[in-house]
Amino acid sequence: MKRLLLGDEALALGAIHAGLSGVYAYPGTPSTEITEFIQSDPISRERGLHSRWCTNEKTAMEAALGMSFAGKRALVCMKHVGMNVCADAFINSAITGVKGGLVVVAADDPSMHSSQNEQDSRFYGEFAMVPVLEPSTQQECYDMMAYAFDLSEELRLPVLMRLVTRLAHSRAAVAVGDCRDENPLEPDQERTRWVLLPGNAKRQYASLVAKAPEVLRRAEQSAFSSLTLGPKKGLGVVAAGIGYNYVCECHPEGVSILKVSQYPLPQEQILALAAQSSEILVVEDGQPFIETRIKSLLGADYPVTGRLTGRLPRTGELNPDHLAAAFGKAQAAPFPPALHLAARPPQLCQGCGHRDVYAVLNEVLADFPSARVFGDIGCYTLGALPPFRAIDTCVDMGASITMAKGAADAGVFPAVAVIGDSTFTHSGMTSLLDAVNDGSPITVIISDNLTTAMTGGQDSAGTHKFEAICLALGVEREHLHVVVPLPANRAEIGRIIREELAYKGVSVIIPQRECMQTLARKQRKKQAAK
Amino acid sequence: MKTDIKLAGVGGQGILTIATVIGQAATAAGLQLKQAEVHGMSQRGGAVESDLRLSDEAIYSDQIGLGTADLIVSMEPMEALRYLPYLGPKGTVVTSSAPFVNIPDYPAAEVLQADLQALPSVALLDIEGVARAQGAPKSANMVLLGMTARHLAILPPEALREAIRTIFARKGEKVVEDNLKAFDAGYEGV
Repeated sequence: MKRLLLGDEALALGAIHAGLSGVYAYPGTPSTEITEFIQSDPISRERGLHSRWCTNEKTAMEAALGMSFAGKRALVCMKHVGMNVCADAFINSAITGVKGGLVVVAADDPSMHSSQNEQDSRFYGEFAMVPVLEPSTQQECYDMMAYAFDLSEELRLPVLMRLVTRLAHSRAAVAVGDCRDENPLEPDQERTRWVLLPGNAKRQYASLVAKAPEVLRRAEQSAFSSLTLGPKKGLGVVAAGIGYNYVCECHPEGVSILKVSQYPLPQEQILALAAQSSEILVVEDGQPFIETRIKSLLGADYPVTGRLTGRLPRTGELNPDHLAAAFGKAQAAPFPPALHLAARPPQLCQGCGHRDVYAVLNEVLADFPSARVFGDIGCYTLGALPPFRAIDTCVDMGASITMAKGAADAGVFPAVAVIGDSTFTHSGMTSLLDAVNDGSPITVIISDNLTTAMTGGQDSAGTHKFEAICLALGVEREHLHVVVPLPANRAEIGRIIREELAYKGVSVIIPQRECMQTLARKQRKKQAAK
Repeated sequence: MKTDIKLAGVGGQGILTIATVIGQAATAAGLQLKQAEVHGMSQRGGAVESDLRLSDEAIYSDQIGLGTADLIVSMEPMEALRYLPYLGPKGTVVTSSAPFVNIPDYPAAEVLQADLQALPSVALLDIEGVARAQGAPKSANMVLLGMTARHLAILPPEALREAIRTIFARKGEKVVEDNLKAFDAGYEGV
């Protein structure tokens, strides 16, 4: 049977069919649709698979490791920067090893369509010394999941699967197979593997290092990678993931091609390719991971080109035009760019509560030229753009509060943090505790739209709990305000902000009103029900 | 045979529904298909695009290369022009003629019309107006799909009508009928 699926969805279905017992994830473009697919899939519902959103990627990774400890198959999904958040748990899960299969999916976002960097998750796989898979097609997304879970259980290691935006969010027909049973509940009995006291950890690390040759052998024998040698010695191409598609799209004649779909890099095949080639072009979406490693494998004299040499662009996602140029097949486009074009950046929805928050904040801060506003990750980051131009920074999840605190420590006044509800529970609560413990003179605005809006309206972990959380962290009752961000309330909200800016300690203001998108969706559902 | 379509519009206008309908029709017809779309931040009232590739042979790239698209299909005139460098030498632009203005520096409507009319092959229609006239104001995207059907040799219009029935079936008969009416009006309108 064939189904039309996004790369994300193919991967999700592959995991369900591989006997998955739970997915653990925090929403993040371009990975969100994996978990959403599992949440709505009939088999998943029938089996009662765990699929509720987690508070952040670290809690997701740890819960999945717990499920693996119990003998069952678990999946963790995140966007690339989520790997930074769960890195502690991820790296150490390679030291403990796994019981039930554990697959970690990192969806990288080269070109930063919806991200603040284009870090390449393959480095994390190498760092943790675990197998890494990289699909080229939606079909491989599906097929690789069963393979990944088997590989994880055979090697007793977590497996990292890396994909990129263009595959995650591209649809194609996928042939799907049967559904395997879940693993039985069978918690691991070997305590010494799981209690990483130095004595145990040393043994476990030695055992991880000892697995390296087998991990490499599996990559060299992977059915997803392939070496096609050309008729005579000439250009050799190493193409990874969707880079392989762009190479094929150009139909380069007489070229030898090594398709890399599993890491560590298959050394045997690279040496075979190098022997049959006079030069090697490396085609990989993301950072020059393969290129640097091949250079060190083949030596400085062997000609290797790619993103580091400028034959392909150093940054941004690849496309067929880059490959056409690299193969000397580029043709001039018949139509030049249009003369009359204006940029159309994304913007906050009409009627969105974040708009009221920024309108009031700008009005109040107009009287405080030294004020700085520390922003965070979410829809409200769009407050950086016109017409608001309201924030001075946006770095990583939760950084608004801690950066405001640090800047206040340095003497910035007023220092204001603007953070969304989901981002606050993801990584802002510990920041707030630091500020409370230090009595930092900052004003924190938790702009609560009762959802994780930027990624499409997923449940937000702290909904209806924010006052309780702030009080429990030590925010004083008289400096904690919940308001409704509406044009009619702007004057009152402005008055509260002014008062709290004057307070020499931590204040929290929670403008609370439902996201326009989720509200509209609910109304549509209601109408449909009628 | 192969057809590459660049779909364009503004976040929220419904270009992904057009892609879904063509995708359904293509799959039912046994064609190969790849459709790349951008989710996330760009959906908030910004420019959105989707690359839709149909073929009776294997398709490799999820993205369409410069100067190779057979069609640019756009819910908005300036967004149609944005992707002009992707249009192939014999390509056609199928677009709504009605500007969607949500930015301060939007070019004058007449200038955009002139730029579009200067192209060798273009189909322009006020799709919102046509949809309203049909009593189906929410189906402007299906008017555009109807216009596109005139230039989509790889899929007969009946296959697209059938796909509309399949895709909208769960929303009820009225929605299906509105969308079919809109599709037919677009098909007849050019």
